[in-house]
Amino acid sequence: MSDLLFQWLRIAAPYLCAAAGGVLSERAGIIALTLEGYLLAGAFGAALGALATDGPWLGVAAGIGAATAVAALHAAATLRFRADQVVTGVALNLLVDGATTFVLRRVYDSSANSPRVEGFGSGGDLGSPVGWLALLALPALWWLLARTRFGLRVRAVGEAPEAATTAGISVARVRWLAVLGSGALAGLGGAFLALDQHKFSTGMTAGRGFIALAAVIFGRWDPLRTAGACLLFAAAETLQIRLQGTAAIPSQFTEMIPYALTIVALATLAGRAAAPAALGKAES
Amino acid sequence: MSRPPGPRWAEALLPPLVALAIALVVGDLLILTFGQSPRIVWGVLLEGTWGNAYGMGQVLYKATTLTCTGLAVAVALRAGLFNIAAESQLAAGGFGAAMAGLALPAGAPAILAVPFCLGAAMTAGAIVGAVPGGLKAKAGANEVIVTICLNFLVLALLNWAVAEHLHVPDSLHTATIRAGGLPRLADVHAAFRGSAANATVLVAVAAIVATWWGLFRTPGGYALRAVGLSPAAAEYGGVSLGRTWFRALVWSGALAGLGGVNYVLGYKRYYEEGFGFGAGFLGIAVALVGRNHPVGVGIAALLFATLSQGGLAVNALVPKQMMDVLQAVVILAVVASVPEVRRLVAQAVPRRP
Repeated sequence: MSDLLFQWLRIAAPYLCAAAGGVLSERAGIIALTLEGYLLAGAFGAALGALATDGPWLGVAAGIGAATAVAALHAAATLRFRADQVVTGVALNLLVDGATTFVLRRVYDSSANSPRVEGFGSGGDLGSPVGWLALLALPALWWLLARTRFGLRVRAVGEAPEAATTAGISVARVRWLAVLGSGALAGLGGAFLALDQHKFSTGMTAGRGFIALAAVIFGRWDPLRTAGACLLFAAAETLQIRLQGTAAIPSQFTEMIPYALTIVALATLAGRAAAPAALGKAES
Repeated sequence: MSRPPGPRWAEALLPPLVALAIALVVGDLLILTFGQSPRIVWGVLLEGTWGNAYGMGQVLYKATTLTCTGLAVAVALRAGLFNIAAESQLAAGGFGAAMAGLALPAGAPAILAVPFCLGAAMTAGAIVGAVPGGLKAKAGANEVIVTICLNFLVLALLNWAVAEHLHVPDSLHTATIRAGGLPRLADVHAAFRGSAANATVLVAVAAIVATWWGLFRTPGGYALRAVGLSPAAAEYGGVSLGRTWFRALVWSGALAGLGGVNYVLGYKRYYEEGFGFGAGFLGIAVALVGRNHPVGVGIAALLFATLSQGGLAVNALVPKQMMDVLQAVVILAVVASVPEVRRLVAQAVPRRP
């Protein structure tokens, strides 16, 4: 029973981190299409960092650093150059996918896998101490958004940037910080993934960033509801793995659950009313 | 609707040219990290793409699919909408064409079979496009998220249909179509032997012309562009926003679906899991670099097809993923320089009273 619980939480961990990044970015008004790229960059940085330094925590730091660097590109393009957020997001996902494989071939002469990463060894029930951080990410973000001055500013620039400007808040500065924080959070999730699987392999995030984005929307941009959505999506995945072979439902149909639920949520009034008012409008 | 002052050609051409220059510099740096000579690598790239009939055929083949997905994204963008589902619409189109080709009796005359299969491809793509279109029109659902989710849904559904029901044993593809196949370029001229280029390239050219006509010469196209430029003004002028959004996304889906014909009717003559290779996502780049103009889309498709085929040509010297990086650099440079160039052009040309 408890190994079922921990399997569930280990599947949920990358979603929880990436979705925390997604909530932070979108609540500040910046569309979080790049979660997939942040996760992949985080996994890549963590694997290379851990291999280069023989230290798992330095690997985690490298993963966060790599994902934050990608987030800095996103912030520079959309905030400094006022580039379209959706196109920038798609391009950065493509960039990270290509660049990680390119560097992998340069450093390890392989276009598929890194050497084995020892990481935290067996790492206990959650795979690694990073897993516990992942569980705390969204509750911590709830506290940040609801209870701190910075959180209030994030919500202000995401809902009413003009009003925030009038109140003396630098919209661009808050958004820069939110996007960088979003990269760091998702990078943590990527680092968990690489250390949990003891390697980096190309495209290893396999759409997890998009599932996290779906969780943000299904969770109506609220940190705690989003955590619930992540756990729900991860539970479906865990059950699928457990039921494999018993041929209850084809795996393709359980894969659809997060996306189908998100579309349904968007098609109902509740989903729309909850979106930050200035989401995606930073360029205007 | 107001057009920013200044020469239109500068505004249209400067961002892609700036982007290419930046991509060349980044490419040089990437090549140098592998200890290779940029001059030699770029030479091999040109030789492997435009230097011989096989390379040209492969570029044409890839450009054909990219033209369709690029037109799909461009039509939606002209209406102010993002269609990120071109990837799954492309797959659905290929699936539709294969199902149509399998349903026909062997030896059905091409003059009937080919239009039937083309129609099936466009219909399948249009159905996928109708979902975000309908949800946008009826419920105001954000089409970016819906189309992203739809990609996963449709690809999982097709995967299930092929893997569980329709595949040839020990493969992930369907049986070979009985009718509706298109001739390969190699059948016309032996020099193209081995390349996948086929008559779908003519279909793509026809799609460029038809899209141009539809966008710029019909009342529906005018309404679509008006909605894209200013939804409020268009609505005030009597255009129904919901209906226009729906039409734009259905049209967009049909164009992306048409791209599936290239692989299914022109190349392999069966539907295979994952044949799109990201051409749907690259359609966003093609539309952007082509500045949402049908002719520009065709040119941009050739550029991206050259990069992608060139990656295979230089793979022995530098990893082919270098081209993914360069494609991303081109997109980022264009999308970041468009607002900047618009501002500079507006400054350089004094406003007329």
